[in-house]
Amino acid sequence: MIEISNLSKTYLLGNVPVHAINDISFRINTGEFVAIMGPSGSGKSTLLNLLGCLDLPSSGTYLLEKFNIRSLKPNQLAEVRNKRIGFVFQNFNLLPRASALENVELPLIYGRTKNSRKIAIEALNKVGLSERYKHRPNELSGGERQRVAIARSIVNKPAIVLADEPTGNLDTNTGKGIMDIFSMLNNQGTTVIVVTHEKDTASVTKRTIEMKDGIIDRDIKTEELSY
Amino acid sequence: MLLLDLFKMALRSLIANTMRTFLTALGMIIGVASVISMISIGEGARQQTLSTIEKFGTNIITIKPGRKKNRHVSSDTVKTLKLSDAEALEKNIPLISGVAAQAYRSAQLKYGSKNTNTTVRGTGEKYLKIANFNIDRGRFFSKEEVRSVRKVAVVGSTVVKNLFGAMNPIGKEIKVDGNNYLVIGSTQQKGALSWFDPDDQIFIPVTTAQKRLFGIHHIQSIDVQVINMDDLEEIKKDIDLLLRIRHGIHESEDSDFHVQNSSQWLNSWGDAAKTFTYLLGGIAAISLLVGGIGIMNIMLVSITERTKEIGIRIAIGAKKREIMEQFLIESVLISFIGGGLGILLGILISRTVSKIGGWETIVSTQSIMLAFGFSVGIGIFFGFYPARKAANLNPIDALRYE
Repeated sequence: MIEISNLSKTYLLGNVPVHAINDISFRINTGEFVAIMGPSGSGKSTLLNLLGCLDLPSSGTYLLEKFNIRSLKPNQLAEVRNKRIGFVFQNFNLLPRASALENVELPLIYGRTKNSRKIAIEALNKVGLSERYKHRPNELSGGERQRVAIARSIVNKPAIVLADEPTGNLDTNTGKGIMDIFSMLNNQGTTVIVVTHEKDTASVTKRTIEMKDGIIDRDIKTEELSY
Repeated sequence: MLLLDLFKMALRSLIANTMRTFLTALGMIIGVASVISMISIGEGARQQTLSTIEKFGTNIITIKPGRKKNRHVSSDTVKTLKLSDAEALEKNIPLISGVAAQAYRSAQLKYGSKNTNTTVRGTGEKYLKIANFNIDRGRFFSKEEVRSVRKVAVVGSTVVKNLFGAMNPIGKEIKVDGNNYLVIGSTQQKGALSWFDPDDQIFIPVTTAQKRLFGIHHIQSIDVQVINMDDLEEIKKDIDLLLRIRHGIHESEDSDFHVQNSSQWLNSWGDAAKTFTYLLGGIAAISLLVGGIGIMNIMLVSITERTKEIGIRIAIGAKKREIMEQFLIESVLISFIGGGLGILLGILISRTVSKIGGWETIVSTQSIMLAFGFSVGIGIFFGFYPARKAANLNPIDALRYE
């Protein structure tokens, strides 16, 4: 599903090269539920951007399903982001002027999918938002907004869902509810990768990759994570 | 499908900022309205001038005494043109349908107790047709009456109104500078032109005018009507040659007459009016340009404001082209709205100008198409740079933007 080999990402900060990701390799198989953890500056956000095809690696290979991401053209990358990857962000990132339903429909519109309305409603139902389609994000609670965002991420039936601190802006209970949705999606076969620094959030997952200074520090079963 | 959605998105964002959209479009509205109204005023002036000149007939060659180049010599004081010149032209120049010699002067008319001051035009029997007049009542004078120096008069409609009121003027005797003339006809109204009223004159045989009224031996102009406009230049040359021979002037010398035709006038007037129209339109186009820059400005602001939105769209799979299209549609939509409202306003302005100012204005389809095409073009042109800027945003930075 995901195969990362010798992946590096180097930024130039002024004239000084910064190795945000330094020669890492790992595999994630279909149906896995993975947490990527690490302190800030460990390279986990960079890794997420690479996995989400928002950024390209400096060296190494990234295989997502049959695609060799480094060899794709910008339009093909856009298509991969649209069809094969679902994004969930810490601050929801919904379009403020569009209703919940329209937000969820958006990837379908860019993907030129027919019956977008019906499919979007199904996705909203799946995350437990069977009403309030017509509401705008500012009329919804934080938990509801994140559900809309999750619905948007899964509406195109992607290969992986990437979540960046999905519970970071939510209180503990609401955050739990959100993680339950990810568990449910994972149980139904979706590959989910969650970037977080909260152990509570990571505890729901089945595998934890711990990053430190641009390399993988530990790659363990989540249950082995010491508290 | 996608285009329709992009259109909806663009429309939504414009509606969300109604005031801003309106103010941005206002630049276009004013620009388009001024282009349309200015061109309509210029075009109206041109058409009015042309139709005025056309009333004289365009297939007329006019010969006047005096050199053309010397503007200080008034034709009226030069006495070189004779009636015999006109007769010679009529006899010898081919491809013409009529010649009318003219001598004119203003004179006092009197009928009963009523007085009026008008132009008395002595001319030939063909003048009626050459000058595009039509007989209202009675008849024009004949060749025979010209030859026998008869004291008959054909009166213009303004003169009829001033002297006779509702009475039938035919058969009445009027006094022209104290001499009696028999009214044998009246002409239909031609309509006043801006600088003179062709209906405010009477026509008498040119011989009568010379011998009995003005006491002169020369004439003031000769009108020659050409059958076919294609022969015009050829005929002008023939006239020039014939008159030079008659006046004994060598080809290398300046002649004591000049030959001109109304279509020359028509062209130079038309050209002048066209230049005027272009000038007005050009000035107006500058305001269109300013409107376009306004659109660009607002689009740049809008894109900065919506950096995050753009980041989201890229993250969920929008292609560069689709981002660009969305913003281009937005800017074109603004200029489209501005163009549409501007056309309405422009038509309104030109109507008001013609109603209040009494100017003729012509809103041509071309000027509407021009203004509209121009405004949409400006929307694309000035929207392109901001849209491209949006499409080239780095999604990671854009998503982080607050």
